[in-house]
Amino acid sequence: MLSWLPENVSTYGGEVDFLFYLIYYITGATFILVTVTMLAFLFLYRRREGRRAIYSHGNTTLEIIWTIVPAIILVVLSFMSQASWARIKSHAPPGDVEVQVTSKQFNWEMTYPGPDGKFGTADDLTLENQLHVPVGKVVRVHLRSKDVIHSFFLPNLRLKQDTVPGREILAWFQATKAGTYEIPCAELCGFGHSGMKGWLYVHPADEYETWVKERWPSSSQGEGSKGS
Amino acid sequence: MAESAVAVGTGQAVHVHHEELGFWRTYVFSTDHKMIGRQFLFLGLFMMILGGLLALMIRWQLAWPETQIPGLRWVPEPFMYDGAMGPEFYNAVFTMHATIMIFFVVMPILVGCFGNFLIPLMIGARDMAFPVLNMLSFWVGAVSGVIMLAGFFVPGGHAAGGWTAYAPLTAVTQYTGVNWGQNIWCISLILLGISSLMGSINYITTIINMRAPGMTFFRLPLVIWSLFIVAILLLLALPVLTSALAMLLFDRMLGTSFFLPAGGGEPLLWQHLFWFFGHPEVYVLILPAMGVASEVLSVFARKPIFGYRAMAYSMIAIAFLSWIVWGHHMFQSGMNPALATSFMVSTMVIAVPSAIKTFNWLGTLWGGSIRFTTPMLHGLAFVSMFVIGGLSGIFMASTPVDIFIHDTYFIVAHIHYVVFGGSVFGIFAAIAYWFPKLFGRMMNETLGKIHFWLTFLAFNGTFFPMHILGVGGHMRRIYNPMQYEFLQPLQPVNVFITVSALVLGIVQIPFVINFFWSLFAGKKAERNPWQANTLEWTAPSPPPHGNWGDTLPVVYGGPYEYSPPGVSEDYLPQTQSRVPHLAAAH
Repeated sequence: MLSWLPENVSTYGGEVDFLFYLIYYITGATFILVTVTMLAFLFLYRRREGRRAIYSHGNTTLEIIWTIVPAIILVVLSFMSQASWARIKSHAPPGDVEVQVTSKQFNWEMTYPGPDGKFGTADDLTLENQLHVPVGKVVRVHLRSKDVIHSFFLPNLRLKQDTVPGREILAWFQATKAGTYEIPCAELCGFGHSGMKGWLYVHPADEYETWVKERWPSSSQGEGSKGS
Repeated sequence: MAESAVAVGTGQAVHVHHEELGFWRTYVFSTDHKMIGRQFLFLGLFMMILGGLLALMIRWQLAWPETQIPGLRWVPEPFMYDGAMGPEFYNAVFTMHATIMIFFVVMPILVGCFGNFLIPLMIGARDMAFPVLNMLSFWVGAVSGVIMLAGFFVPGGHAAGGWTAYAPLTAVTQYTGVNWGQNIWCISLILLGISSLMGSINYITTIINMRAPGMTFFRLPLVIWSLFIVAILLLLALPVLTSALAMLLFDRMLGTSFFLPAGGGEPLLWQHLFWFFGHPEVYVLILPAMGVASEVLSVFARKPIFGYRAMAYSMIAIAFLSWIVWGHHMFQSGMNPALATSFMVSTMVIAVPSAIKTFNWLGTLWGGSIRFTTPMLHGLAFVSMFVIGGLSGIFMASTPVDIFIHDTYFIVAHIHYVVFGGSVFGIFAAIAYWFPKLFGRMMNETLGKIHFWLTFLAFNGTFFPMHILGVGGHMRRIYNPMQYEFLQPLQPVNVFITVSALVLGIVQIPFVINFFWSLFAGKKAERNPWQANTLEWTAPSPPPHGNWGDTLPVVYGGPYEYSPPGVSEDYLPQTQSRVPHLAAAH
């Protein structure tokens, strides 16, 4: 079933997928165990003439076993998850590329700081629904929202983060493969929620340089933002 | 007006029963817990048809986007365009599907109907502690239902912000274009909260104070334990929802800014308040079904419930833990990621009592003498479907995995395995099992089994593939999946789901036929058709006003004494002492 997962092109996506598979195998085995046991009991202990059910109110040893075993498995899963979670969401590495993504009904506004490296200056570059990044570099995304809550979803990069008006939330990713990927909004945001999407262009290093040269305002010109 | 109706409605009966109350007091403004239970049942079943039809509209749109839905050409613009749904109306439809199913189907039937009907009968009381409050609870609930449905007819359409109503989308009219629809949604749910509060106070008081002599807490049937715990959860959770709804309404109508950052408010506050109510609410929906399954499995396996105390304690544990897991709905919300870790641990821990319950149900089947009646089949389906719903929850509990599956169809699959696979199979089990006591007639077993098997298959055909959609990244609440390139290869799955959902809808017809046919023409039920131990089966079917004649039952033993040694029958009602039986056997 997990073969339906979109192709992973993220450095940390492997950790997410590993946990996904691990839980899939654990829960799958549990499901088979419970279902086979249940079906076996239903067959073996179906009503038959002259046979009386066993009179039993339970078994304390069994209760202890089936309390402790699931508890241990679940606590171990928590610890394993915690390590990846902290790496992905709590400790963003220093960024090679910084970009501001501002959501609004029903578009993504991507703002690059321009040659001066600062947001909110005249040489910022703002694009609608296009995010251009270099492959293999850490991209830090500063998420904001102008109106309602949206959710910045990169299925191929195993990243999802809500954008909340009144807050700036930092997310990051590092793509491992060049290509073009969709950026849907994953949180209901109004009648145009469906179809609110942008494109992530992951460029090879040289191609990204070319894109920056062509599209970013040069520092001498200091032009204002430019839509596309 | 009431007097004339009495004369018409009861005519001959007046002379037969000296305590005859007349049509209005018997069927409409009744204070009898059994009639109030039946009223909740009919309210819930009527709403279930509406909620189901809304679900089919959602499914049609997802399989064949923006095409004409058969039979709906009459719906005017701007809701539908020559029978095809627009995105605004689509959002209102899924919002109302969830709202109706959760608040007006599962709660009224499991808590309203079976809570009311079973608590006095199973603890040996003549009625609820506060019969008038009980009547008010139903009528406030019914009015709230009418108000909710009225929202479809106001300009701007019904609430379209999802049943979770995340602010600021729902807090400002211009964001959705919905004005009175959202206000009505808030007002209706505030009223429903009041209705549930009246009910829960009644349940708690009745169970604590009105148990029959000998009915100790640890002789209570597990379904009563579940309803007791649910009543406590409702009592503590609903005021939080009511407050949040009032704040939302103030933001919308009075210009406050509780959830609006422009005025210094905080959008995440809504989510914290909503889910602080919302997660206990999930257990409100599932705990009574767990109780029903425990009754049914024990009776039809002819075995004592395995680990009775473990079953009761695990429900108490679930109730306590349900207060500290709400943050798992908010892992990707922008809440501090460190806080998410503590919510992950508590969420993982709450899976343990659910596991304990599952293993104890298996233990109950072990060594039994199992009868595959319709209620038993639904009870077994409850257990196996709840296992899937419980296990799929572990994926979401793991914070990194949740990054991917949050807000996808994986969540939709999960909640439907819990609320349909769990609660609704619990409802079907409960209706089939207690129908003889509710209405004094048996349901048809053949029709019941046909309905069960077709529902079981169509249910899995509908909801299991939603896991696949979720793994593929399919977002929930989108209007048209074909707008996304990465979802287009998944479209055949969407079509398969919709066909299964249409079948699931159609195969409910045997249930409706069975229900109404049995209501009027079913075989008359004896007092104890299932040879069960609990007290309701010692009352006539259906029980009269006051439930028992002059003397109330006295309890001598636990509710699950099936196949006890030294007793010739394979059951020992709670009203019978073991000792004379032993004497008789030797």
